Amino acid sequence: MALQSLDIKARSATTSPSPAVRGEVIKVAKLIDISKCIGCKACQVACMEWNDLRDEVGTNAGTYDNPRDLTDQSWTVMRFSEVEVQAGKLEWLIRKDGCMHCADPGCLKACPAPGAIVQYTNGIVDFHEENCIGCGYCITGCPFNVPRISKKDGKAYKCTLCSDRVGVGMEPACVKTCPTGAIVFGSKEDMIHHAEGRITDLKERGYKNAGLYDPSGVGGTHVMYVLQHADQPGLYANLPKDPSISAMVSLWKGVTKPLASFALGLAVFAGFFHYVTSGPNEVEDEEHTS
Amino acid sequence: MTNHWVDIKNTDLALIMGGNAAEAHPCGFKWVTEAKAHRKAKLIVVDPRFTRSAAVADFYAPIRAGSDIAFLGGVINYLLSNDKIHHEYVKNYTDFSFLVKDEFGFEDGIYTGYDLEKRKYDKSTWGYQIGKDGFVVTDPTLGNPRCVYQMMKAHYARYTPEMVSNICGTPKGDFLKVCEMIAETSAGNKTMTIMYALGWTQHSQGSQMIRTGAMVQLLLGNIGMAGGGMNALRGHSNIQGLTDLGLLSNLLPGYMTLPSDAEQDYKAYIEKRAFKPLRPGQMSYWQNYGKFFVSTMKAWYGDAATAENNWAYDWLPKLDKGYDLLQVFENMNQGKVNGYLCQGFNPLASAPCKVKVSGSLAKLKYLVTIDPLATETSEFWQNHGEYNDVDPSKIQTEVFRLPSTCFAEEDGSLVSSSRVLQWHWKAAEPPGDAKGDQEIMAGIFLKLKGMYQKDGGAFPDPILNLTWKHRQPYSPSPEELAKEFSGKALKEVTDPKDATKVLVKAGEQINGFGELRDDGSTACGCWIFAGSWSEKGNLMARRDNSDPFGIGQTLNWAFAWPANRRILYNRASCDPSGKPYDPKRKVIGWDAGVGKWTGSDIPDFKVDSAPEEGMSPFIMQPEGVARFFAGDKMAEGPFPEHYEPMESPLLNNPLHPNNDKARANPAARVFKGDWETFGKPDKFPYVCTTYRLTEHFHFWTKHVKSSAIIQPEQFVELGEELAKEKGIKSGDKVRVKSNRGFIVAVAVVTKRVRTLDVGGKKVHTVGVPIHWGFMGLAKNGYITNTLTPFVGDANTQTPEFKSFQVNIEKA
Repeated sequence: MALQSLDIKARSATTSPSPAVRGEVIKVAKLIDISKCIGCKACQVACMEWNDLRDEVGTNAGTYDNPRDLTDQSWTVMRFSEVEVQAGKLEWLIRKDGCMHCADPGCLKACPAPGAIVQYTNGIVDFHEENCIGCGYCITGCPFNVPRISKKDGKAYKCTLCSDRVGVGMEPACVKTCPTGAIVFGSKEDMIHHAEGRITDLKERGYKNAGLYDPSGVGGTHVMYVLQHADQPGLYANLPKDPSISAMVSLWKGVTKPLASFALGLAVFAGFFHYVTSGPNEVEDEEHTS
Repeated sequence: MTNHWVDIKNTDLALIMGGNAAEAHPCGFKWVTEAKAHRKAKLIVVDPRFTRSAAVADFYAPIRAGSDIAFLGGVINYLLSNDKIHHEYVKNYTDFSFLVKDEFGFEDGIYTGYDLEKRKYDKSTWGYQIGKDGFVVTDPTLGNPRCVYQMMKAHYARYTPEMVSNICGTPKGDFLKVCEMIAETSAGNKTMTIMYALGWTQHSQGSQMIRTGAMVQLLLGNIGMAGGGMNALRGHSNIQGLTDLGLLSNLLPGYMTLPSDAEQDYKAYIEKRAFKPLRPGQMSYWQNYGKFFVSTMKAWYGDAATAENNWAYDWLPKLDKGYDLLQVFENMNQGKVNGYLCQGFNPLASAPCKVKVSGSLAKLKYLVTIDPLATETSEFWQNHGEYNDVDPSKIQTEVFRLPSTCFAEEDGSLVSSSRVLQWHWKAAEPPGDAKGDQEIMAGIFLKLKGMYQKDGGAFPDPILNLTWKHRQPYSPSPEELAKEFSGKALKEVTDPKDATKVLVKAGEQINGFGELRDDGSTACGCWIFAGSWSEKGNLMARRDNSDPFGIGQTLNWAFAWPANRRILYNRASCDPSGKPYDPKRKVIGWDAGVGKWTGSDIPDFKVDSAPEEGMSPFIMQPEGVARFFAGDKMAEGPFPEHYEPMESPLLNNPLHPNNDKARANPAARVFKGDWETFGKPDKFPYVCTTYRLTEHFHFWTKHVKSSAIIQPEQFVELGEELAKEKGIKSGDKVRVKSNRGFIVAVAVVTKRVRTLDVGGKKVHTVGVPIHWGFMGLAKNGYITNTLTPFVGDANTQTPEFKSFQVNIEKA
């Protein structure tokens, strides 16, 4: 839902100036320190409770990951990876997966429905389902494979970074509940500073490649990780090393730039046409690639 | 806990062993992350599995389930032989220099006085040498071979790193690395905290595992210090309160004990427990036992408890034996129990050997369950397919289910692991016909009392005379009950040194147990809780978290027993002259100016006893010092010795390969018919251990949708090598069998469960989380305790859920 207390910076398929032109606000960020995460899943439950989400009671597929993947009802999940970076020294890396809130959001770029995806001036990328046409282009546009289409209403869902909480001065629900302080929230600048302290500590404890994950390929992110092995993000359940917006999305945007208004109008029409003729895109294959 | 949750932030090293704090106590575990963040503390995890605690540890060492005494005995040997002990501390604050009786001995794994038939020891030789003055004989030079130091050193010399590795399967290098890290905390200004839970208690030798951990802490001088201590992490909300209030069958409130059959004489009962000092100038606080006891009896029986009737001593039950969980189910199984009131407990899921428990419940005439949920126990008679395959037509037990409230639907206090009594307020009305537990119990009691009044009966006195002066007799309020356990003066209480000085007026709430009397002038339902509700009001409801000393003591937050003291034995945080060993984390210190001990905590000591007076810090002990030599207090011996679990992959104890008597705990109680239910490694070659997961709480949260979503289905964990041998892949259904039954669950094949080399033998472990059953919202599963053996710790009878033998196959 639109939040009047948060200014919109960018809006999908829209060229008119956004309220953000009035001035800058402080950019926010959530920092997830994987070296402090105990995989308790309290954040998953907090997310379910705050956002009134209840996924299916699933099955066990031979791992601790449950629900097994992100869905329209599970906006964040823990991904457990057993790795031996150093021979004989087992590590159990537990990564909280969900929307990264890219500064240069591929989903928003790809979205043909006006106002279905917005980016607030504070950096949060939010889906406004009332404008969503269910085309699934946001999934193609996302370098992290995050958005999921609901089978019930055919619209795309993902973590909102609790924009409704942040808009009234509260931290996201997952941050509030995290028992070990592995998830912290504040201005992006403060979070980077906090991460520096954590990285120094990890280096002293022998993790010589500890570092911050704030990938430049998407303009940086408003959800960042402290990684023990920042040189190998792939260890963390295939976190992409150099994420970037799909070439298809970029190309599409590049070619249409001179004809933006026309193309956007067409895109809306195309999306609408696609929706009324074929219904929402089914994206099951992509849902299970991670 | 000797210390408390918040104090863990003060540690330099956290050892999690026999527990899994990150997973089972995630909220408390945050204090470990605080210590890591602000003190650069290290975390060691020693566990059969690489747990979620291990995931954030600085060092992890694997261990075979049930071999912890061998590991810790090895640590003791390392500390003694590498001179990494806190010399001043052990010399002054422990029994290092005390001489042990000459008759006492230890041969090939068995202490003097063993009776194989009874599986019990005659402990008469297990004691110190007592001189003509009535005090223990000591040798301050520590040269005498009969002094505790020398005897302990000799005892643990056998626990070499090689032996440890042979028994535990821990690689020698890993074991030595742990030793080195622990040894650093022998410095006066370094501390280690030990965090343990059911991973130590649930063994046939669980109490001795904990004792060995405590001995390590004493050698290092870590007891009484901020950031130190032996910290039992209680799992069940208010299980600390349960033990404090004496709900175990052999206890009275405040760790007083019920008399035995042989103790019909009141005076002898008190004298046996009111220990006289064993060293000159010592406090021996249990000397006040009579005051605590009489005050409890006055709380229970009011005017009916008089000096003439020995404060109603005859109305107390006298035990012929313990009536612990296992004994009660044994009796039930023998058809000796007609009815069972099962309050807030789900024994079909929680007690060992489901087939025996289920069969025992079927022999009852009636079963009453008092619980907010429909538990497996209340449905034991119903067929739930493969998960509870019984024939209801053959079960005649009449079951009454009384719905009770959840914690959030009632006011009251809960005691945390930190010994903090914290008041809480009702957040919601209970649903439907649910009633509070005290309302249910009051109803049953008043009905019974009425029946005794009307019809008489055998020995009605204890029921008819029980004080019941509640404003609403059918629903006593939590406030009234709390005031009762805190205690009040029935007559004026005066200062023993000055009779004109009135400490408490008649009818007023007392301030603490120091005001209790044995002349019937005070009533107190639980002496250690005394003062929690004084004339100042309900101190348990305090919520002031100011921390003036910056080490997290927060004395105005709720109320900690005893006497609002946050760190027990805190006198031992100072040197003999009263100076804190670590001034930066000062708990208390001697202030010569005011002639008192002062600091961030309530002194656990006589507050005006100057260091020169020579009183020692462990004031509850008759010796005044901590014991390495446990005397006659433990069932299986004064020094912990490694024995194999009752079921083990080894046919003998590597420390005593030729003595079958010393294979498993010689003092563990085994009921006659249960020997045959134990399995041997030829048929059941793999070590099995059961445990909890973060996502669930016991057998309750499978009734909660969000918890069911995040951990929906029963699984077992096994290592890659065993999985390969058996052709099992992650996600396959497997059958895990013990000699008592089987369960079927999904396999999680993982690197986190390692195959261990135990004395040249490959030992595989199978891990079984406990949370599933046939009630609730999660996928139905098998009761894990189908697998577990019906045997407990020799001292507490806590069942051996953590190490037994199974086989596994693809289902």
